[in-house]
Amino acid sequence: MAAGSRATFLGVPRILGLAGRDGGRGGADGGGGPGGARAGRPAPAGSGFLSGDRPFPDAAREALGDTQLRRNLAHATGTIRAKRARVVAELDDWEELRTAGEAVKRATLARLDEHLVRLEEEVTARGGQVHWARDAAEANSIVTELVRATGQREVVKVKSMATQEIGLNEALAAAGLTVHETDLAELIVQLGHDRPSHIVAPALHRNRGEIREIFLREIPGVDPRLRAEPRDLADTARAHLRQTFLRAKVAVSGANAAVAETGTLCVVESEGNGRMCLTLPETLITVMGIEKVVPTWRDLEIYLQLLPRSATGERMNPYTSTWAGVTPGDGPRNVHLVLLDNGRTATLADPVGRDALHCIKCGACLNICPVYQRVGGHAYGSVYPGPIGAILSPQLTGVERNASLPYASSLCGACAEVCPVRIDIPSILVRLRAEHVEERSRARVPSAEALAMAAGAWVMSDAGRFAAAGRAGRLGRALGRRRGRVSTLPPPLSAWTASRDAPRPPEETFRDWWSRTRAPRDGQARHNPTAPDDPTGREGPTAPDDRRARRARRARHDQETR
Amino acid sequence: MRIALFVTCLVDTLFPQVGRATVTLLERLGHEVTFPARQTCCGQMHVNTGYQREALALVRNHVAAFEDAGVDVIVAPSGSCVGSVRHQQAMVARAAGDERLALRAEAVAARTHELSELLVDVLGVEDVGAYYPHRVTYHPTCHSLRMLGVGDRPERLLRRVGGITLLELPNAAECCGFGGTFALKNTETSTAMLADKMRDVLTTGAEVATAGDSSCLMHIGGGLSRLRAGTRTVHLAEILASTEGASV
Repeated sequence: MAAGSRATFLGVPRILGLAGRDGGRGGADGGGGPGGARAGRPAPAGSGFLSGDRPFPDAAREALGDTQLRRNLAHATGTIRAKRARVVAELDDWEELRTAGEAVKRATLARLDEHLVRLEEEVTARGGQVHWARDAAEANSIVTELVRATGQREVVKVKSMATQEIGLNEALAAAGLTVHETDLAELIVQLGHDRPSHIVAPALHRNRGEIREIFLREIPGVDPRLRAEPRDLADTARAHLRQTFLRAKVAVSGANAAVAETGTLCVVESEGNGRMCLTLPETLITVMGIEKVVPTWRDLEIYLQLLPRSATGERMNPYTSTWAGVTPGDGPRNVHLVLLDNGRTATLADPVGRDALHCIKCGACLNICPVYQRVGGHAYGSVYPGPIGAILSPQLTGVERNASLPYASSLCGACAEVCPVRIDIPSILVRLRAEHVEERSRARVPSAEALAMAAGAWVMSDAGRFAAAGRAGRLGRALGRRRGRVSTLPPPLSAWTASRDAPRPPEETFRDWWSRTRAPRDGQARHNPTAPDDPTGREGPTAPDDRRARRARRARHDQETR
Repeated sequence: MRIALFVTCLVDTLFPQVGRATVTLLERLGHEVTFPARQTCCGQMHVNTGYQREALALVRNHVAAFEDAGVDVIVAPSGSCVGSVRHQQAMVARAAGDERLALRAEAVAARTHELSELLVDVLGVEDVGAYYPHRVTYHPTCHSLRMLGVGDRPERLLRRVGGITLLELPNAAECCGFGGTFALKNTETSTAMLADKMRDVLTTGAEVATAGDSSCLMHIGGGLSRLRAGTRTVHLAEILASTEGASV
């Protein structure tokens, strides 16, 4: 089955052939204008939970008004930030590790087709089965069929972003199957009929009081005296899950990485629930994005160092499980790997944007992001929130389906500073904004913003026009005349004055001050710079001396030209 | 040294006193300042809002204005605009397929410095002879901090100012929420960020909040003014240009 479906798969080699294999940025394929590289994409677009039903600013407005959420987010992100900073500072070679992490990802993605084929061969040789899924629907139906074939009605799950992305739980439920999330935070989200809000800590938006209430409401037989203490809450979840682990015959996981040279899959986790799911059941189905492959074990070593310190602020995560195919008499007897595209090949086609696929899903950029910290993960709509989500989701779905996300950032750059694989997130955000503008312009969507930007560029690309506009700005002095500040402006600037005053335009632009005080001396600053009595630098533009000097100069000029 | 001033469009049209202060400061240190009249804007707002094609004309104009300025270095009183000159202009040229313009932009960028970089690294001064007897807190703007990596240069300059009381800003490295058109497109998130920045500024008890970018100061100052908070914003250049008895 695997070889046959691979032949029709995705066209990864073809796309990469177009984009060049140097693994570098820019170069010959960097031309063609913003967004050009992705035009006319032949690869499948991503589907599933990758976009919300309303633009980011609308969702953010609601989140900003939720005071409990704001407190939970500030507390949780603040705690993880500090832990991460502490353990990262311990390593002398952190920057070298980051550089290596970036280089290996770039080189691997440049030959992704070869590594994936090698992975398939090695997994198959060790008794596993590999399946290829173009998009969410294909992946869901593959997994559903595999579960059905076992005759089982329930599935235990290891926390996984790929299965959240494709909405696997919903698909399995629709097929009449029962899904048990076994990661504590995923369990909280599942029991709360909620959605994950963070890629490492899916219940980050909940505090312990809220978790206690969810457990009391949703887990049968919980003692109502349950205290909102982490230990007691974890004990409750453990007791609830124990029987499920022992009973389950089918498990579904994601993977943090796959090593092509030995066909080995790898899951890192903190709770041991993953180890139970990966070893106890008879059938193990792993859904993994195609970008997760690394060529060798030596490559894996880099990410096993970068990931725990970046994600949870731990030197090492408590559980690292690896498996290759089937080991007789030990662990699952049926091992499946579903390789998921869902927009990844399309993302790979862009020479700048493809770096988003280097992501190892540590969540450090979410924790440091001043926007995420205030609005939380749900506002982004996609299962991938925060800065990485703002560059990954629009590329997976096509930017038109996630048009507000590239703008959901002040471009402060804090994300790029902490990213363990040095993804230049701000530059990719800017790139995607350009792609969105280009697409709107191609589709001839009328836009006041586009008109204003074009007019602005026309004015500002010429000093004469710009100087005239600057002088015209003085008309704005009529505003705020009484109070020296401007508190109301018409749209779209009313968005500014909704919460901030605007500066009152000055009486004289810098340029006019310069030409009034300096340019008459032959257009150059030729005065003696050591002369401290030059009045121009220190006195206001309306000083009487200045006005007198101006009149005198004008008179002289008139005489000379007459 | 002969220094060309890239005043930036924002300072030119809305905060000319910052440009005048930069001139005053550099001349007081014995340098010659020129103002290439052809300059307008680096194009950052267009690039960051997605209008790369439109930005091309601005990049072309900026490069032409400064490449033959006949100066040793170029200075701008803005970390953000220098960041754009260094990290965006060549990219815009390349995206348009103009490699020659990209190389020219890189040559101009290599000579362009943010004010604190120029003073500390190029001119080798930390004590600029300024006097500013006020309680001041310094906000490191995102682009000066993370795009340029100016580090503690502005604080080193401020520490040598006579009469000043420098107060440490809590959570200093966190964005004020300006972000160019972000402040308009995501005005509510921007305001939430601004609220926390204002809280931190007010916690210090400073009467003046300073920074190396007029854009961020316009944001923080606009918020403080709206609240009648009793703290004002002043650009780093204005503080460094002030002398005893002559506050700029």
